[in-house]
Amino acid sequence: MKIDDNNRAGRSGAEDPGRRRFLVRLSVAVGSLIATMAGLPVIGYILLPVSRKMHRQWVSVGPAERFTVGDTVLVSFENPSATPWAGVTGKTGAWVRRVGDSNFIAFVLNCSHLGCPVRWEASPKLFFCPCHGSVYYEDGTVAAGPAPFPLQRFQVRVRGGQVELESRPIPITEATERE
Amino acid sequence: MKPLKKLLQWLDDRTGLVKLIEAIAVHPAAPGVKWKYVFGSAVLTTFIMQVVTGIALLTTYVSSSGSAYESLQYITHKAPLGAFLRGMHYWGASMMVVLLTIHFLRVFLMGSFKFPRELNWISGVLLMATTAAMAFCGQIMRWDQNAVFGMVVVARMAGHVPLIGTWLAHFIIGGDVVGSYTLSRIFDLHVFVLPILLASLVGLHLHLVLRNGVSEPPVPGRGVDPATYRSDYRDMLRKEGVPFWPTVVLRDFVFALGVVLVVLLLAWVVGPAELDNPPDPSLINARPRPDWYFWWLFALLALLPHALENYFMVLTPLVIGLVLFSVPLVSNRGERHPARRPLAVAAVVFIFSGIAALTVAGWNENWSPRVNASPLTADIIGASSGPVYEGAMVFNKMGCLFCHTIEGHGGKRGPDLTWIADQLTRDQLTLRIMNGAYNMPVFGRVLSTAQTEDLLDFLSTRKKFGFATGKQQSAVRPSRPPHPGGIDRGRARPGPRWPTIPLAGAGFGRRCPAAHASPEMVQRQGSSPPAG
Repeated sequence: MKIDDNNRAGRSGAEDPGRRRFLVRLSVAVGSLIATMAGLPVIGYILLPVSRKMHRQWVSVGPAERFTVGDTVLVSFENPSATPWAGVTGKTGAWVRRVGDSNFIAFVLNCSHLGCPVRWEASPKLFFCPCHGSVYYEDGTVAAGPAPFPLQRFQVRVRGGQVELESRPIPITEATERE
Repeated sequence: MKPLKKLLQWLDDRTGLVKLIEAIAVHPAAPGVKWKYVFGSAVLTTFIMQVVTGIALLTTYVSSSGSAYESLQYITHKAPLGAFLRGMHYWGASMMVVLLTIHFLRVFLMGSFKFPRELNWISGVLLMATTAAMAFCGQIMRWDQNAVFGMVVVARMAGHVPLIGTWLAHFIIGGDVVGSYTLSRIFDLHVFVLPILLASLVGLHLHLVLRNGVSEPPVPGRGVDPATYRSDYRDMLRKEGVPFWPTVVLRDFVFALGVVLVVLLLAWVVGPAELDNPPDPSLINARPRPDWYFWWLFALLALLPHALENYFMVLTPLVIGLVLFSVPLVSNRGERHPARRPLAVAAVVFIFSGIAALTVAGWNENWSPRVNASPLTADIIGASSGPVYEGAMVFNKMGCLFCHTIEGHGGKRGPDLTWIADQLTRDQLTLRIMNGAYNMPVFGRVLSTAQTEDLLDFLSTRKKFGFATGKQQSAVRPSRPPHPGGIDRGRARPGPRWPTIPLAGAGFGRRCPAAHASPEMVQRQGSSPPAG
């Protein structure tokens, strides 16, 4: 009944145009409020993973005596920050080289160019990237190809005879590496 | 018949839709709308097929990073009709990309994007971008090793965006490693977000096609004048228009039938894309490459001068998007016929030759070192013992073969060395091997003196026009003063310190003398500590 009255009032122009403008704006405002209230948690939920910093942890990759001095070997370990349903995707690899009695170096697998996995070739002592042909020397410095910076390294320590790497994010840019 | 008519009447009375659909079905279309116009509806057909096969595949596919690969293995190798359905979805996607490209070319070449169809074009560009995103996400949903590293590559590319790069990369992969969040995000996009967007855009596009009418075939000399176009078009429809259904629709259906048959045939005969290794980021024998429609981009990124890469990765999509968007805004009137638009035709020829050439390059992937190259045989070497043979073994062992070809064996990253002795002298070879070159590592630090000499002996036999064959050469090994070892041997060599390189016949090495004689270079070799 009331609505009918309003309509009639609108048609006849009896209603104040200012009141109508106010009602239009109010309805837009209420609509936006609804969208914001419902939308903010959704946006937050989707953006949350961006700010989620990986919890860095030391992960054992095996007893030190398993590594021969001078050899560079591929190790694989469970990424401690992986979700319980990650499956094999939760694994991470590293090229680990024993350079002394308790001295180890561990390289990230990802090429610094676009992140493809590099492979170590023992005879020429080079890391090769299969994607765009970046090549690294044994110390991880760039030997050829489009790689913009050296291979990133893991922090390594030996604790209780175990070689441990500190888990880390995949390298995105050089800047994130230096953090 | 009567009850049906009654029902329709009732439905129309309550919904108003029956008459609307009827009006759409028989609306007049331009008379020249013939076989060149079938591609748009064929794209729609493939889209519907993708939706239907996608829904069916979802009854089995699991979107968890721990199980997706297994569920796909099951679909592909165990589920009844699974491989066939995956094949339909896979080839349907390829078909959709192909048809969309043809449709797009047809519209561009026939100037159909001009007034009043500017937004038809722009909604079409958005449809293309969304389809490309769908295709990419679909490839990632295979969640094999290729997909995991494909995501790493995408994250790294996003990382090149200024200021927000790292944030964007982490947003895309859902954290700071590629893992379970990544797949769930891609799944969400591929199954909900992008299809809803696609369907909405298809709705908008079809609405615009109905509103503005299908463009009549262009006639040279008769351009578009926004002031009169609409009334002329209406008059033309009134006088010569043909009913959309069945005249136009029948042609669309016949073509769509062919399209669906081809997809079914490909699904049956070729089947779906084979799954790569499991999605384990710690496996290294990966060679990530996108599906064929992205090979040109893949090749472009590999072949660019490295210094330009940062700009290209960010600017390429931006520029492509801007150019495509602005096409109808820049030129919405005038000639439509391709014969009167030579620049437009030239642009298409230029761009598509480029894309074709890059696609071939992407297929060959010559920039990729062939780590599994088959070793040189005694037959190719021309010796089965002695220094030449030993030198060839060094060539095999030291990874030279990954990048250099000798008689068809090996990679193509670096120059073909089959006849290298015709191009470079022994001294020049020594220089390159010891000091490296553009895109070639320094080998001075890993080769022993004996290995270097053997390698040089072997390479010196690679002569097409010379007299020495491998065997002869190995018999008369030149005696040379022993090198002191290490990388500085150039200094110990008698004669000129840096041999001059004849420019002819040594095309790839013109810059070497300049680059390698520099003190930094010597410094770099000398100071890089052997890490092991």
